[in-house]
Amino acid sequence: MLKYESIQELVLEAEKRDIKISQLVLEDQARCMEKSEREIYEKMEESFQIMRESVKAGMDKNQRSTSGLTGGEGFLMNEYARNNGGLSGSFMTKAIARALSASCCNASMGKIVAAPTAGSCGILPGCLVSLYEDKEYDVKDIVMSMFTAAGFGMVIASRASIAGAQGGCQAECGSAAAMAAASLVELGGGSPSQCADALAIAISSQMGLVCDPVAGLVEIPCIKRNASGLMIAFSSADMVLAGLDAKIPADECLDAMAEVGDSLPKSLKETAKGGLAATPTGKKLRDQVFG
Amino acid sequence: MNVFDIIGPVMIGPSSSHTAGAVRLGNVVNKLIDDRKLNKVEIIFSGSFAQTYKGHGTDKALLAGIMGYKSYSPEIRDALTIADERGINYSFTKENIKDAHPNTAVVRFYLEDGTEGTMQGASIGGGNILVNQINGMNVEFNGDNNTILVMHEDKPGVIANVTHMMHFEHEDLNISNFHLSRQEKGGDAIMTIEIDNQPPEELVDEIRGIEHVKNAILIRRV
Repeated sequence: MLKYESIQELVLEAEKRDIKISQLVLEDQARCMEKSEREIYEKMEESFQIMRESVKAGMDKNQRSTSGLTGGEGFLMNEYARNNGGLSGSFMTKAIARALSASCCNASMGKIVAAPTAGSCGILPGCLVSLYEDKEYDVKDIVMSMFTAAGFGMVIASRASIAGAQGGCQAECGSAAAMAAASLVELGGGSPSQCADALAIAISSQMGLVCDPVAGLVEIPCIKRNASGLMIAFSSADMVLAGLDAKIPADECLDAMAEVGDSLPKSLKETAKGGLAATPTGKKLRDQVFG
Repeated sequence: MNVFDIIGPVMIGPSSSHTAGAVRLGNVVNKLIDDRKLNKVEIIFSGSFAQTYKGHGTDKALLAGIMGYKSYSPEIRDALTIADERGINYSFTKENIKDAHPNTAVVRFYLEDGTEGTMQGASIGGGNILVNQINGMNVEFNGDNNTILVMHEDKPGVIANVTHMMHFEHEDLNISNFHLSRQEKGGDAIMTIEIDNQPPEELVDEIRGIEHVKNAILIRRV
């Protein structure tokens, strides 16, 4: 049984057995849950399908959040991507549109897969649905890569945090981007230690990010931070696949993230009392919703 | 913890604590109602729930949970309309409950058969809940396990009789958590017994038959 207390544990074990992290995690989880690998795989595949549906639902032209503060971000971005591809090129702008859409789906009480949380639910779908729909990656490989993301996510949860109230946004969008980066590296043909390096770079890139939701709602800035998280996931994965390495090992990055999370004041951990939530406009929007 | 705690749960947004957790608190009330006809619910929100329930759909989520929908049911969005169609009278008020967790809700329910009851619980993050009070008495359970609530008179031997019966009639039953509270010495008391197993159908009736036990309720895992 794996302990999921360090990234290195997973990397060493996968290297020793010459298998992917995803295969290692799938086998271990099947044993832990006393189910067959097939059952566990199928459950994850179902989650991937729900992610695809959440992207589609959130891209609707008339999508509006329950509070009315946000709406239509995914639709607008997708129109822009379709028309000229924008500055970052159509693959990336469409991926951004997907991350926004899944988040919009969440804000309008749609069905989503928390990955690892509802507030960060757009990052993994943005990355994986894009490889599936625009780069024609095999669905089986994509679903398998989700086990790498989830296995690493378990280490993040036990070593640092995946809750904004505990660790700030670095724990939510930061963790999601790190998990997605590891998935992408595996799909891109990288080694287990390269998956760990991508996680380390993504975590480093969002170190200290605060959780400061306007009016306490999972909308501003959460929806757009899913787009930023997606970009960080792709850039981290591509840097690693290009041959760059993480200068600080993954586990040390996670320990630093935990320490930084602990030192953040309460006002910056999902209480809606600091950061953007406390700006004059943030307060005005809050009053607009709650009076 | 497993992989589906990280990639998952599948849920209706926008918030695991303010939406998914609220549905599960409602599910506890649904188990208390136990398929009887519900006429009226009064829902009180405290703390962060009171401040932000509208934007998070906490009101719809809790009501949907009371009606038996799950945290992944799309019907949550239309819970108010569904309650209207079912003839359930509902109200939402804000109240500051002292010393309660920031995400606390109290539900008072009124059934057609004249039964009334209350539940107070908190959504403590990530869709996890903690139930604090049932019918005014302190309890402590999280809904992850099958839970038996035993209302009884505070008399010597009642706990022994209940656990003794559970063990000798149903050998495999294993208690994973036990909590007792009482209002005053010799007065009303309540046992909260969480068990690992699927409880046998007859268990609750057997407990009801024990001397000094006033009632027993089974709340299946929510």
